[in-house]
Amino acid sequence: MRTLLFKSLFAEPVTTDAPSASEAALAEVGAVLEVRARRLFGRSVSIREIDAGSCNGCELEIHALNNAVYDIERFGMKFVASPRHADVLLVTGPVTHNMKVALERTYAATPDPKWVVAAGDCACGCGVFEGSYAVIGAISKVVPVDLHIAGCPPKPIDLIKGLIALIDKATTPSRLVAGRIRS
Amino acid sequence: MAQDGIASDLGRLTVVPGARPWPRYEVDAETWEGVARQLGQGHGDLLSLWGERDCVHLALRAPDISTPTIFSLRIENGGFPSVGRHHPPAIRLERAVLDLYGHVPDGMPDVRRWLDHGAWGVRAPLGANEPAEPSDPADYDFLPVAGRGMHQIPVGPVHAGIIEPGHFRFTANGETVARLEERLGYVHKGIDGLLTDTDLAKAVRVVARVSGDSTVALSFAFARAVEVALDIEVPKRAQMVRGIMAELERIANHVGDIGAICNDASLTLVHAYCGIFRERVLMACDIAFGHRLMMDEIVPGGVAKDLTFDGIRAIVGAVEFVATGFPEIVRLYDATPSLQDRTATTGIVSRELVTRWGAGGHVGRASGRNFDTRRDLAYAPYDDSPPDVPSYTAGDVDARVWVRIREVEASLRLLRPWLAGLVEGAHRADMPTISEPREGVAMVEAFRGDVLVWLRLTAEGRVARCHVRDASWFQWPLLEAAIEGNIVADFPLCNKSFNCSYSGHDL
Repeated sequence: MRTLLFKSLFAEPVTTDAPSASEAALAEVGAVLEVRARRLFGRSVSIREIDAGSCNGCELEIHALNNAVYDIERFGMKFVASPRHADVLLVTGPVTHNMKVALERTYAATPDPKWVVAAGDCACGCGVFEGSYAVIGAISKVVPVDLHIAGCPPKPIDLIKGLIALIDKATTPSRLVAGRIRS
Repeated sequence: MAQDGIASDLGRLTVVPGARPWPRYEVDAETWEGVARQLGQGHGDLLSLWGERDCVHLALRAPDISTPTIFSLRIENGGFPSVGRHHPPAIRLERAVLDLYGHVPDGMPDVRRWLDHGAWGVRAPLGANEPAEPSDPADYDFLPVAGRGMHQIPVGPVHAGIIEPGHFRFTANGETVARLEERLGYVHKGIDGLLTDTDLAKAVRVVARVSGDSTVALSFAFARAVEVALDIEVPKRAQMVRGIMAELERIANHVGDIGAICNDASLTLVHAYCGIFRERVLMACDIAFGHRLMMDEIVPGGVAKDLTFDGIRAIVGAVEFVATGFPEIVRLYDATPSLQDRTATTGIVSRELVTRWGAGGHVGRASGRNFDTRRDLAYAPYDDSPPDVPSYTAGDVDARVWVRIREVEASLRLLRPWLAGLVEGAHRADMPTISEPREGVAMVEAFRGDVLVWLRLTAEGRVARCHVRDASWFQWPLLEAAIEGNIVADFPLCNKSFNCSYSGHDL
């Protein structure tokens, strides 16, 4: 192990360069975010991931965010184990009826201010599961959503662009409404 | 009813015309029950059990029959003789049939709802489809617990990591797990319903999303089921490209799992390197196939897009990158005593259990059950290039890691000649028009084990019914056995070493 650690110290980093925020995400998020985030959180954001019914493809790409190549912790974003520690809920999947209560309770357990990001085509609008008795549909039908990131699944780079837009806008002055997001 | 095997009963049964490539027999209740008893006595492996509005099917393989076989039984008086009563691997499949179609498995020991959490607003959605009062989703009769000093730990459905949802009810005595009971079904999306009476293009997209981590294998099985039903001959080039995609998916998942298992034992260095290996493979897939997970790229008839020279070059680059770096990570895994202390003798699954359940993939092969669809029910391109199938017997987390390590090495060996010798030709065959209903079934070795797809096409070429059986159906129950007697803190390690699919199971 020491050999490998030693080699790693002198190897070229594999981490990609930081991308700029995606235009579409900035446009959407710009309307709804508030300024207090920077004062409260600096530039760090704690993310709780919730699978509300996905096929697990989105989860694979979200996992990739934490690998050495995308390394979102360098942007101050980290994943947390409990919704009580979270600023952002990253939700995937068409919400299944069986996951509705769990999603609502996790949302309720997340203290304000919080943001919800719907990741993936199913989270944005049901995807191929449209019309099934077992699914409710887009995340926005169950909890308010602040940012949608499309894709099936969204690539890690698109997830990062969306999340950076979320943080950027959280630091721009806009309407301040008692710690909650209002559109 | 003969006691000496299933084959002895087949001679007097009538074959359903048009079912390929395995024979399908419509049987009466007595024969069905006889088959169930034979399975219960260990004379065959259950491959799947699934329902339709008016009947129920089971597929099996047995040493005394030359080909896997399907048995079908018409539902009478709203029920059918339970197979699960004789053969436990059928229990959850029958509970699912009961939930979706309302067919009652007579004599089944466990008739608790499984996929139906009382939240749909209807019962038997694919059968009677009657309105039902929603019930409290937490209302489930977990197995009773008795004994001093026992406490229960409920985990999920939302889990602490980036992972699919499911509920694990632990009963522990101090740190030691006395029992684990799973409750799944949280990500049930109604896939059987979406694959009933639909057009082929929609069905292809749904099957690809049954379990994102196995999208290639599932699409591969679906395509082959359609092709055998319609008598389509897939061009050789397409067969080889499919093999390349399937092995890339296997490598990407296995290295990801090895890293994740080591991460659960705090060896984050292995996790970091494995993450880089996986990322290189996915990036190559993006260049070569236009999608990192290769979703929607295998279609009936062949592959959606041809593989270009640039694509091949990207894949070769990833293959060589992994081949160069992987041995060092393997040496690290092997030579770290503190890691071996966590993985060796943890989460043991007995050979008897994997044999009874017909558990495939790394779960079966780590416990002495050496079945691999690519070799034992061979399909192109593996019929020309059978893979080396690793076999371990310890049945612990360590063995399930070693199976993956050997399979990564075997996949790299399979890929090189295919990449170097990819034949010229078409990448997709045309779809013929048909004039009568057809049936097809196929099995493919996904990274976690064998998957099965069965379908019936109408004379117009629509999908009348398609059933997808992920490998996880025969692995999830064994996780309950694996964790018994281990400490709660070793559960993530055991669970990761299985890496069953929630979505693939919940359907």
